[in-house]
Formats: sequence, C-alpha cells, structure tokens
Amino acid sequence: MLRLEDVHASAGDAEILRGVDLEIRPGEVHAIMGPNGSGKSTLANVLAGRPSVHVTRGRVMFEGRDLTQLSTEERAREGIFLAFQYPVEIPGVSNMYFLKAAKNAVLAHRGEPELDAMDFLAIAREKMALVEMDEKLMQRSVNEGFSGGEKKRNEILQMAILEPKLAVLDETDSGLDIDALRVVANGVNALRSPARSMLVITHYQRLLEYIVPDFVHVLAGGRIVKSGGKELALELEEKGYGWVEGAAAG
Amino acid sequence: MTEFENQNDQLRRIADREYQYGFVTDIESDTIPPGLSEDVVRLISAKKQEPEWLLAWRLKALHRFLELLETEQEPTWAQVTYPKIDYQDIIYYSAPRPRENLESLDEVDPELLATYEKLGISLSEQKRLTGVAVDAVFDSVSVATTFKGELEKLGIVFCSFSEAVQKHPELVRQYLGTVVPYSDNFFACLNSAVFSDGSFAYVPKGVRCPMELSTYFRINSAGTGQFERTLLVAEEGAYVSYLEGCTAPMRDENQLHAAVVELVALDDAEIKYSTVQNWYPGDKDGKGGIYNFVTKRGACRGKRSKISWTQVETGSAITWKYPSCILQGDDSVGEFYSVAMTNNRQQADTGTKMLHIGKNTKSTIISKGISAGRGQQSYRGLVRIGPKAENARNYSQCDSLLLGDECGAHTFPYLEVKNASATVEHEATTSKIGEDQLFYCRQRGLSEEDAVSMIVNGFCKEVLRELPMEFAVEAQNLLGVSLEGAVG
Repeated sequence: MLRLEDVHASAGDAEILRGVDLEIRPGEVHAIMGPNGSGKSTLANVLAGRPSVHVTRGRVMFEGRDLTQLSTEERAREGIFLAFQYPVEIPGVSNMYFLKAAKNAVLAHRGEPELDAMDFLAIAREKMALVEMDEKLMQRSVNEGFSGGEKKRNEILQMAILEPKLAVLDETDSGLDIDALRVVANGVNALRSPARSMLVITHYQRLLEYIVPDFVHVLAGGRIVKSGGKELALELEEKGYGWVEGAAAG
Repeated sequence: MTEFENQNDQLRRIADREYQYGFVTDIESDTIPPGLSEDVVRLISAKKQEPEWLLAWRLKALHRFLELLETEQEPTWAQVTYPKIDYQDIIYYSAPRPRENLESLDEVDPELLATYEKLGISLSEQKRLTGVAVDAVFDSVSVATTFKGELEKLGIVFCSFSEAVQKHPELVRQYLGTVVPYSDNFFACLNSAVFSDGSFAYVPKGVRCPMELSTYFRINSAGTGQFERTLLVAEEGAYVSYLEGCTAPMRDENQLHAAVVELVALDDAEIKYSTVQNWYPGDKDGKGGIYNFVTKRGACRGKRSKISWTQVETGSAITWKYPSCILQGDDSVGEFYSVAMTNNRQQADTGTKMLHIGKNTKSTIISKGISAGRGQQSYRGLVRIGPKAENARNYSQCDSLLLGDECGAHTFPYLEVKNASATVEHEATTSKIGEDQLFYCRQRGLSEEDAVSMIVNGFCKEVLRELPMEFAVEAQNLLGVSLEGAVG
C-alpha cells in the first residue's frame, strides 16, 4: 500500500529525513517511535503533503502512485488521513458542517453521491458512539474550546467518518490522561481492518499497549535505525533511546 | 520558492477571479452634460417636477458644497488615497429613456428587465420566490418597484424617492434632511444638491411590514455619478426590514457613488437595514472601480426604538462609510454588524457612530474586516455617551483577518464618555489565516478555495446570521467569489 524508498525531506533549510525506507501492506499497523527531533512529525507531513515540507530525494509510493505528485487534498481524497498532534481550531465553522463538507469532498472524488444533512447526521451519530463523544460537540466550532481529550477524540471521529485507506496518527497519545487514551485507542482499534493500514507515531510505548502494532520502527536522526515486532517497543522503554541512537551513530 | 512566497502565490490566485457583474446594458439614456452648477441642479429638479421647497433645499446644499469645494474641505482624515476628483467632470443625471410614469412592469424596457434578471434580481411579481418587494434604481432613476399594491393595502408606502415627492410630499418634507442635514458633510452636501432618485418607505403606526423591502442599485452609464437618497420612516410600533444591493459595470475610470440614507424610528419601532455592497472594485492593479462615499444614519427618536445596520461590503475601489445610530429615545437600541472585505488594491475606511443621548440606551458593534491582496482596511468607530445618557451600554468587537502579508488592517476606536454610569466595552483581535488551518482543511479533502471560503465565512458568522435568510446565502457566496485568487 505504502512504500518509501530512501526518502529525504526538508522543512525550510534543514534536512530532517535522511533516507527513510518503509513498506506498509494493507491491514498492517506500524508504529514509529523515536526521540524528539528525530523526524517523526516530518514523516507524517511528508505523507499528508504539508506544503512547507519538501521531499528532496527518494520515492513515496502509495498504491503504486507517486504521492509527491498529488496535492494535499488529492491525497486526502485518495484515502490518506492524518490525525494531528495539535488539531487546529476553525472559529465559526461548526464541526458538523466541516465534517460533512470533508466527507462529501471524498465521496465526490470517488464518484459517489454526496450525503445530505440527515444521512450525514445518522452516520456521524453512529461514529460518535465509537469515540464516546458528546453530540453537543458537533454543533460547536471545529476544535474551538475543546479540551485536549475532546480534540483527539474529534480526530478519531473524523477518521471514522472519512474511512481512509491509510491512517497516520501523529502523537495521538500526547496530552491524554489514561481514560481518554483508552477511549481513543478503542476507537482506533475498532477501525482496524484488513483493507486499512495505520502508521502510529509516538514517543512513548504506553500507547502501544492499547493499539498493538504489527511492526515497530525506531526513527533517529532522520533514519529508521531499527525495526522489529511489538516487543521492540518494550525493549526501547527499558533501555531508552540512547540505545538506538548509539546504534545509529555506530 | 519559500513557504511564504508559495502561500502568497496561492492567496493571489484566489483573489484574482473576476467580477461577474461587469457587463454594460446598451440602452438609450437621457443624460445631461457633465458639470455642476445652479443650472444643473435646477434642471434635475425640473425634470422631476419638484415643488419649490425641494429646489430651494437643493440650492442651499449646492451653495454650501461649492463653498466647501473652493475652500478645499473634501475630507482627508480617512485612511484612503485617491487622485483628486474633478467635480465638474461628472455627469450628475442619467436616466434610461423613454420613461413615462409606469403603471406596470410590462411598460419597463425589456433591456432593463433583462439586466436585473442577469443580476439575479427578478422584478416580475409573478415570481414570488422570495417574497421580497424590490425597487430598482438604474443609473439615476428608479425603474420599477414591485409588490406596491399589496403593501398599499397595509398603508405601507414603498416607492421611488421621486414618486414619493409627487405623491407624499408632506411625508418627505417632514423627514428629509432631519437625520442627515444637507450641510452634514462634504459628500452628503453634494448628494443633497444633485440626488436624482432613490427609495422611500413609510410604515405606519403599528404595522409590521410582511416582506423584505429591497432596492437594487445599478450604475450603467459611463462618466456618471450616482447620487441616490433613501428615506425610511417607521412610525410607532412599526417594523420593517430593508435590504439594498449594488453592482456596476467594469470600467477603467473611477465612478463616484455618494448616497445618503436616513432612517427614522419612532416609539417602539424597529428598522433592520441590510446592505450587500458589490460595486465594481476595480481590476487587480487598482484600475477603475467605484468610489463609495456614503452617509448613512438612523435616528432612534422614539422610546424603545431599535435600528440595526448589517452590511457586507465586498465591492468598490474605495469605501468611506459609517452607518450610525442616534440613540435619542430612552431605552433605544442601535446595532452595527459589518463584514468588509478588501482585496487586490481595494481600500476601505468604514465603521460606525453610536451616539447615546437617551437613558438606558444600548449599542452593539460587531465589525469583521478581511484583507487580502494589497487591500487596506480601517475600522473607525465612535461611541459617544452624552451627559444625560444614564446607564448607557456599549459593546464593541472589532476583528481583523489577514490573508497574505501584503495587506493591512487598522482600527481606530474613538470613545467619548460623559456620563459616569455608562458601561463601555471594546475588544479587538487581528488574526491571519494560518498555514496550519489551511493544511488541516485540505488534509480532510477540501480544496484550498473551499477551505478559505469556509474559514472566512466562519470568521464572519456573527454578522452573516443577522442578514435576512434569502441574502445570507448570497452574501456567503459573494465572500467566496471576492476572495477567489486570495489564498491557498
């Protein structure tokens, strides 16, 4: 589904990714772990197509297509979803209106009929239950005045409604207490399917107790320095990032 | 290309979409030669068969204006720049010809009806889609007013200003110039001398006007100034909601529009006045466009009366406009809700005045300014609490949204409080459409244009929701179109 070959990427003048190779097949859940500044969020932005991040070398292939040739919104409509580390507030635009517009943009791209308000509401209600979200939040402005936990639930709700092929979760656990973390993780787990791949980016092993990955990769200095199964996360937790950073240097 | 340049480039693209009302209607006009003099004023007045008192009033205004002109008192305090206007080079009267007193729409020139159809305004009474009564002003004169009969049954007068002068001279004489005196300011003075038409509405005691009253202004002829005058009177306990819309052809020259609007609300009366202003803004390099120098003021004369101004200003090369409320009656309420957008080289200096005179008077100001391209925009607002205005209250909120880094937003709040029991609040914010907001929307599948339009509409929501339903949608679309080419 997704294949990265020797990907180098920069933001501004700084080169942040320095040759990332990664392959994710349909239905797989991969975790990317790494210390601060290792390039985790840049990797997420490379996939989502943030305009300020530029791929300078290598290839990013999604379902056989070169992703770098697609605009941000084309990637989204093709099924790439990024759950933001810091979800953005849009004052005056209701969450319901925003989500319906997004869903319909995706449907229109697929040549499917758009949903009217009633149909959309029915779907939204079903998905809200999944992340135990208060219906009132749908009438509020997008993320405005939401608590940290509410923002992250809202991200997973959007993911549930948009039904992406590849979901990238950028530090979804940051700022969550243990209860909120469990709710969010349950939502994510419910969305696991043989056709949907996930890339879970996290600094801590804690999230991976709830969302159990098939593979764990360690990113350090802009490169994947170690890959393994889920047990790698535990090993990291025990030994600290110094262990792999040492390996990267060596 | 840096990220900054990239974003500005995208901004520009959305801003660059074209003005869609820029066509010219080919119609024969009755036009008097350019220039301003006593003869011209007399000629206008004679063409309208006006009573002597009105001509005398016009002439007083003319002499005052010529005095102001000679002593170079054209206002310069607004934050706008434009080359000196030659007032002798403007055509002060242009009317579509032939025009008799029209009894029905069938007698209106089909070209004119087609023009309004093209603008999306149906003058045909059979099409009661929106239940809106429309007065259409083409260049200098009103060409058609719809739903007149129905309104007359309720005692409501809604007609062109010229017709009101003929049929209801006592009403016109009683109220004309009582809110905006002919000597009020430079442009109001010019208007008082040469105004050619406009709309008049009168809602008698206790009557709630059952439909929106609306005037559509259209400048067509080249070299013509448009000077219309609108007068609305709501008697005790009356209610009326009024909307005006405006468009003009695309021309390389600048055209002057200097209108005056006067509103009078007696005890317990309410007037809601909404404007969707979309005069031609000029091209992207600032060539052409309308100078919109307008004086709008409402007098809450009665107790518990209320006047509410809502404006969505997306057009004009330059806007100079401060719809105001004189809160004279005790417990009267004034409101000002404004969205002003400046794109490309547009300039706007707009705001309001809330003059609290009576006790327990209350005013609310919500101003939303959006600047894109190289647009420059100023909010200028005066809140004056007079010595007798016990317990007066004002709340002002001025928010500016910037798109790109070549535009500007400025806020000039003036506060004069002469009564210690007053409560006055002012809040102001300036924000930029951020790369992160756009990225977030686009990551969810929205195009950059839809994202910008959504963010801008969200920013303006508090004002847009004050518009009558039929026009809220129009205004939203207009904001989207006006921003085309502005962001990414």
